[in-house]
Amino acid sequence: MSARVLVRAAGPGVTIQDLGRRGSARWGVTGCGAMDPAALRLANRVLGNPDGAAVIEVSLGGLEIEAEDGPIGVAVVGGAFDVRLDGRVLASAAALTLRPGMRLTVRAGAAGSWASVAIAGGIDAAEVLGSRATHTRSHLGGLDGRGLRAGDRSTIVDPRRGPEMPAAIDTAPLAADQGPIRVMLGPQDDHFDAATIAAFLATDWRLSPRSDRMAYALDGPPLAHARGHDIVSDAVAHGAIQVPGSGLPFVLMADRQPTGGYPKIATVIGADLGRMAQIRPGETVRFAAVSLEAAVAARRRLADRLAAPIRLLPLLRGDLTTSDLLAVNLVSGTIDASAPPEA
Amino acid sequence: MVPLRFLDSGECLLVVEFGSTIDAELNERVLALDAALNRAALPGVLETTPTFRSLAVHYEPLIIDRADLVARILTVEAEAEVARRASRAWVVPCSFDGPHGEDLVEVAERLGLSPERLVALICDQPLRVHMYGFSPGFAYLGGLPAELAASRRAQPRPPHPADAVMIAGGMAAIAPLPMPTGWWVVGRTPETFFAPTRDPAFLVAVGDTIRFEAVDAATFAALAARVATGERVARPEASR
Repeated sequence: MSARVLVRAAGPGVTIQDLGRRGSARWGVTGCGAMDPAALRLANRVLGNPDGAAVIEVSLGGLEIEAEDGPIGVAVVGGAFDVRLDGRVLASAAALTLRPGMRLTVRAGAAGSWASVAIAGGIDAAEVLGSRATHTRSHLGGLDGRGLRAGDRSTIVDPRRGPEMPAAIDTAPLAADQGPIRVMLGPQDDHFDAATIAAFLATDWRLSPRSDRMAYALDGPPLAHARGHDIVSDAVAHGAIQVPGSGLPFVLMADRQPTGGYPKIATVIGADLGRMAQIRPGETVRFAAVSLEAAVAARRRLADRLAAPIRLLPLLRGDLTTSDLLAVNLVSGTIDASAPPEA
Repeated sequence: MVPLRFLDSGECLLVVEFGSTIDAELNERVLALDAALNRAALPGVLETTPTFRSLAVHYEPLIIDRADLVARILTVEAEAEVARRASRAWVVPCSFDGPHGEDLVEVAERLGLSPERLVALICDQPLRVHMYGFSPGFAYLGGLPAELAASRRAQPRPPHPADAVMIAGGMAAIAPLPMPTGWWVVGRTPETFFAPTRDPAFLVAVGDTIRFEAVDAATFAALAARVATGERVARPEASR
């Protein structure tokens, strides 16, 4: 079976992503990868793909796709996007089979900034330095190192169908963490006095429209440096919160440069990177400090939730027949057929 | 010797800090640990990034916990002291002529030097690759004389050409990919330092040295034509 995905429309910032480029930070290469890595994993797992298969990451700019040559299984997971199949509203986390002639649209919805559109089998872009992730600033990876646009086609590695009837994906594994975004203080928290760190944790920061895949800029009362705002450049983690001379913090996201020269007051823990990414410009965010042990425990709980069987919930409940319900469970081995449908 | 500092940036990045200055000797210790850790191939260690004065160790805490990692690093570091790291010395042709040294006259004026004197000072000694950062293949070079300590531009300039040779903040850099920059573009090398599909994708390693050899614009064009056919024009220093 062969099949391709045809992009009918794509807003700015829609790119091919996977779990990022590992092993080349030492050469100055940006890791990139999904803004919400947990959403990418869940979308891939629903379809039986490897965790890190390449997906289309949809920005607030939106995406319209069609299948060519044959049917393709698709799973959408991320923020509360508006997802429609031939104009019919599905759930914002949905799995389906897209047949030639059908159109899937994924547009900004009630909340969230990014959605992963996984294709059963995975998107077949060329690997550059071990990854298919797009880094538009250095023109690496994805499709010619750029964002997707209307008319682009991608072949599918090993195309398969998804559920015959569109189904909602139970996103409980992602929704379990609520409340403030958890951070570990450091690595340069010693560049700030105790009152400044307390202010950092007590402020409702507003996400600036200047935010992008590289960094989320925060607006609020500037933070004072106790020991100047220059450090000798060193490596930066995904989620590191840098405080430049202006005193207004930046959260360094997937497309961050691999090194930076400003003190980092704190770092968002791995389990909350996706929640951080889904915040929209204009929304507020508050941070809470946790220990290394708590960060690792949260990471383990998220990994366990993602590893558990994923439930698909039928849409259009009234029209379903027994065979439809069975088809829903045929999508892959990761679905828990014994799980009762949601009441 | 200053004891190592271990700093956490979240639960997946451990920064092993050797000091807080830019210094070749300190950087050699970073590289020795980097090489030794990569030889040790510890399960759960995903990637290491050597910088001026620290080694960043990216790890998966669900595979190796921090206490184990620190213990292993301390063991490896103690053994790394004696390990000798292979490094190479390169001679790199560079054109400082008008079309290539876009900011040469302006920065020479700021430094109170003639453009000829500035070029001579850059080419006078081997420069050491201290680290990569900022963008793919962007190599920070240390060892410039103090006369060339130009501060960065107040505002970034428009994107520089590929394989630009630049100075700022007391350092030089080779920058393969065009990017806006706060550095001063003083020349351009015909060599391709980064080609994603070539093996090796990156020509020089951290710890290598580079001595620039001034060539005129006509020689640059001839060398660039050879590079376009896949040839390399950066060459090993004769004495090594």
